Amino acid sequence: METNTATEENSTLISRLDALYEFDREPVSEKKLHGWKTFIGMFSGEHIAGTEFVLGFLLFQHGVSGKDLILGLLIGNLLAVLSWAFFCAPVGVKTRLTIYWLIRKVCDPYITVIYSALYALILCLLAGSMVYVAVTSISIPFGVQNPNYPTDVIPNLPWIIIAVVIGTIIALLAVLGFEKIAHFAKVCAPWMALVFLACAIAALPAIGINSLNDFWQKAPSEIFKGVPLNGYSQYTIWHVIGLAWLCNAPQHIGMSDITIFRYAKSWKQGFASAFGMYIGHFGAWISSYIMVAVYLKVIGSTSPQPGDVAYFAAGLAGAVCVVVAGWTTANPTLYRTGLAIQVLTPNWKRWKVTLAAGILMIIAACIPAVVHNLDRLVAYNGIAFVPLGAFIFVDLWILPKMGLESYYTEKKRSMISWPAGTAWILSFFVCWFLYAKDNFEFLSSFPQPNWLANIKADLMYLLAPEWALAVILYLLFSYLQQKSSKLKMVTN
Amino acid sequence: MKIILKIISALGLVLTIIPSLFVFNGTITMQNNYWLMGIGMLLWFGSAPFWMKSKPLEEDN
Repeated sequence: METNTATEENSTLISRLDALYEFDREPVSEKKLHGWKTFIGMFSGEHIAGTEFVLGFLLFQHGVSGKDLILGLLIGNLLAVLSWAFFCAPVGVKTRLTIYWLIRKVCDPYITVIYSALYALILCLLAGSMVYVAVTSISIPFGVQNPNYPTDVIPNLPWIIIAVVIGTIIALLAVLGFEKIAHFAKVCAPWMALVFLACAIAALPAIGINSLNDFWQKAPSEIFKGVPLNGYSQYTIWHVIGLAWLCNAPQHIGMSDITIFRYAKSWKQGFASAFGMYIGHFGAWISSYIMVAVYLKVIGSTSPQPGDVAYFAAGLAGAVCVVVAGWTTANPTLYRTGLAIQVLTPNWKRWKVTLAAGILMIIAACIPAVVHNLDRLVAYNGIAFVPLGAFIFVDLWILPKMGLESYYTEKKRSMISWPAGTAWILSFFVCWFLYAKDNFEFLSSFPQPNWLANIKADLMYLLAPEWALAVILYLLFSYLQQKSSKLKMVTN
Repeated sequence: MKIILKIISALGLVLTIIPSLFVFNGTITMQNNYWLMGIGMLLWFGSAPFWMKSKPLEEDN
């Protein structure tokens, strides 16, 4: 009886997932492939966004020096481009399947559900931080004070009311017309990139920089001081490289962008990501760093908000840029959250799911700690999903070379892939523990052997070792699984 | 018609970036920069959505 119930549950889970993605099962046909122009436009649009305002600020708050900032961003963004070009794009072009179907084929349906739930949660927080960014600008004409984190743990009531109104509008628009807004986001990209640059240039005279000569002389002492603000830790070049490389880790080494690259004519189109990285995550981050440095010098605020700073540097256009950047990022994020939640609640209509995601987004927007810890959030986002990308990489490229089978769980019609499940849990918790032992009181109070105490690892540093550990563990477990299975067949 | 829209869009982008350079070298005030960037914004959003092509991947064929 129990076996029957379990089988029914299993088949229900599979049929629900299959029904949800019924149009994505087949590989993309030759006729639907796209050239370079599409991918350049897509990456440029997606990576000049609301988060750029926040991450440039964070680098300033953590006291990154000028040399570390520029070198770190050059190297980190290069690593990100190479990850898209050499890891993600080749898999998309080879399989021409969505990330859902690939996780389903490489791992199992349960892992797909867990992946979707975690992804939905993190996306809600990211969308919430974008609403927060937008509200910091909209609050200005209403004379509403932006929260002064960490003093203000919760914003004031008028601010919350604006956040609820804006969040509701964003959620409703996501329900009504996601694709039109996605198009609008791409239209905004060239203008937003120039507003970022203009804000940085126009702000400089406020601290007595009126020529390039002034800039080279005064920038090290007035802008790139390299001293963290009160309460913030010191970031080095390694943090900058880590943030630039891994802030999109779930998309490249985590492979979620294979859903996009399945439309590419060649894997080389992975290099189109350079347009998004070097305009958005290089130019826009440096611009936002300069803006906040000047703003703090002139206004003296302890907790600069994106809206205040952009209004200071570019007036109405700057304030609108913050709103548009927040909105155009929150909207697709909310849509993706809806898709992820729908895996968990397949009987719900799409509008209901998106509205539920919208409520979570609004709650996240009203917690200033979320946006002020965006770098942590981005790091957790990476550490959670990077192992799955490693499994896909091993399954497609390494297992066949070792004489082992790809898509083994699917071929065996098994519901559980223990190599993937165990390798995911182990790689995540080993890396998380190395970070948590020094950062969470309940772990740091335990005595540690010297060799362990000497490891001082930030989450950013751990993503690459985690990827390598996931590769090794998945290889080892897959080998054991397939060899023991062959042994059983021979014995029988 | 499309070419006119493109010219207006280009003008919008010019008015977005160039005034900041004038502020930088002290030719115009910050207040004038705000106005010019605002006009640039209106020109861009009043023209670009009508000529920029950007369809979702699945619909391009």
